[in-house]
Amino acid sequence: MDLLKTPLHALHESLGAKMVPFAGYAMPVQYPMGVMQEHLHTRAHAGVFDVSHMGQVILSGPSWEAVALAFETLVPMDVLGLGDGRQRYGLFTNAAGGIEDDLMFARRGDDLFVVVNAACKAADVARMRAGLPEEIIVNELNERALIAVQGPGAEAALAALDPRAAEMRFMDVADLTLDGTVVWASRSGYTGEDGYEVSVAADEAEALVRALLAQEGVAPIGLGARDSLRLEAGLCLYGHDIDASTGPVSAGLGWAIQKTRRSGGAREGGFPGATSVLDAFEQAPAQRRVGLKPTGRAPMREGVLLFDAPEGGAQIGTVTSGGFGPTVQGPVAMGYVAAHFAAPGTELFGELRGKRLPVAVVKLPFTPANFKR
Amino acid sequence: MKFTEEHEWLREEDGVMVVGITIHAAEQLGDVVFVELPDEGGTVSKDDEVVVIESVKAASDILAPVDGEIVEVNSALADNPGMVNDDPQGEAWFFKLKISDPSQMDEFMDEAAYQKFIA
Repeated sequence: MDLLKTPLHALHESLGAKMVPFAGYAMPVQYPMGVMQEHLHTRAHAGVFDVSHMGQVILSGPSWEAVALAFETLVPMDVLGLGDGRQRYGLFTNAAGGIEDDLMFARRGDDLFVVVNAACKAADVARMRAGLPEEIIVNELNERALIAVQGPGAEAALAALDPRAAEMRFMDVADLTLDGTVVWASRSGYTGEDGYEVSVAADEAEALVRALLAQEGVAPIGLGARDSLRLEAGLCLYGHDIDASTGPVSAGLGWAIQKTRRSGGAREGGFPGATSVLDAFEQAPAQRRVGLKPTGRAPMREGVLLFDAPEGGAQIGTVTSGGFGPTVQGPVAMGYVAAHFAAPGTELFGELRGKRLPVAVVKLPFTPANFKR
Repeated sequence: MKFTEEHEWLREEDGVMVVGITIHAAEQLGDVVFVELPDEGGTVSKDDEVVVIESVKAASDILAPVDGEIVEVNSALADNPGMVNDDPQGEAWFFKLKISDPSQMDEFMDEAAYQKFIA
């Protein structure tokens, strides 16, 4: 199968990226610096990530109220209450209350700008086309690139091109003029660091990334480091830490469901699987997502089974993503455990190549978030 | 020094074979963060999974290149797995092996043949 290419494909190759297939795209997994250094560089300075494989969609309609209320039939979030120029994290749920995808949505005037995961975007666009009334237009933007600039140096890098970048707060969205082109910027990301995501016309993307890379301390970073950064930040990866069989409360994402959509709220329910999602707030779910810190040096990766005893005992959980955390300088993981074992400090055992090795339940994130509030 | 198609090297030293992975293999693996070594004194058969190398990205198995007895392992790798990236064909050897059947060495490549193999 032919892999799709992002508008930055030629740039990645010229920068010496190692390209791998990801969600149907050829994507840079790492550059010559290597995953470990790329991760540490992002935490200390700034990294530029190509996330153009993700889906970008604009929903428009007769009014903001019409668009927001229609979107609220698909997600358990407060959309109507979103201020102009503000962004939120959201979830598509299914009839059983499981998570179909996670997403970001932003209000741009009367329109809603939605960013969804690459592997889910066809299904998400179909879900929106089928689930929204005819008056709401679902416009998938295939001619735009998406670039994440993350790390403590991100503000300086963007502000050098447009000083208004520095005035944005966490989860603000605004139009900036970077390198002579108007972009849609949000102050957000998925690394636990301060930073921006920038939607730019495909034919302007390479020049913009070159302008960013010309700033001091800005380096190109691949998907390998993006994964270790989001894992240390305790953020879920769709298809691994959350999927159609996990509910928002069990996943520890109940905070993303605002009070107005919960039981007793002004616009309670009205989204797919509302009964089971809202019930989960009342009756503690059987399984919970937790942070896991292996005591030894061996990484515990996705699929490692968790037990309550060094021998025998019962399987009480599974690792859903794990690896080595370059900032932590040791193995880190996330997974689901029976609620009874979810308290931080609980000692469990992960079965690795036939051996049970100790692992502790810990609070997330592994590295403190550096968002600009 | 001899080389296998699985990107291991073997070097004879005081009557035993010292085994590690090649510079080429270390470059392919990326940053090594953990090495699981076999038990000293154990016997292995050719193609047994004998070492697990974890990089930031993934775990890889290293297979025993020949039959034999593990007489020593490089315990320095436990505290400093990054040695595999820094000096794969020197300090970062994995284990020393007493070979049961020396004729198993005949199929391995010399350095020139290995360089051609990876070119």
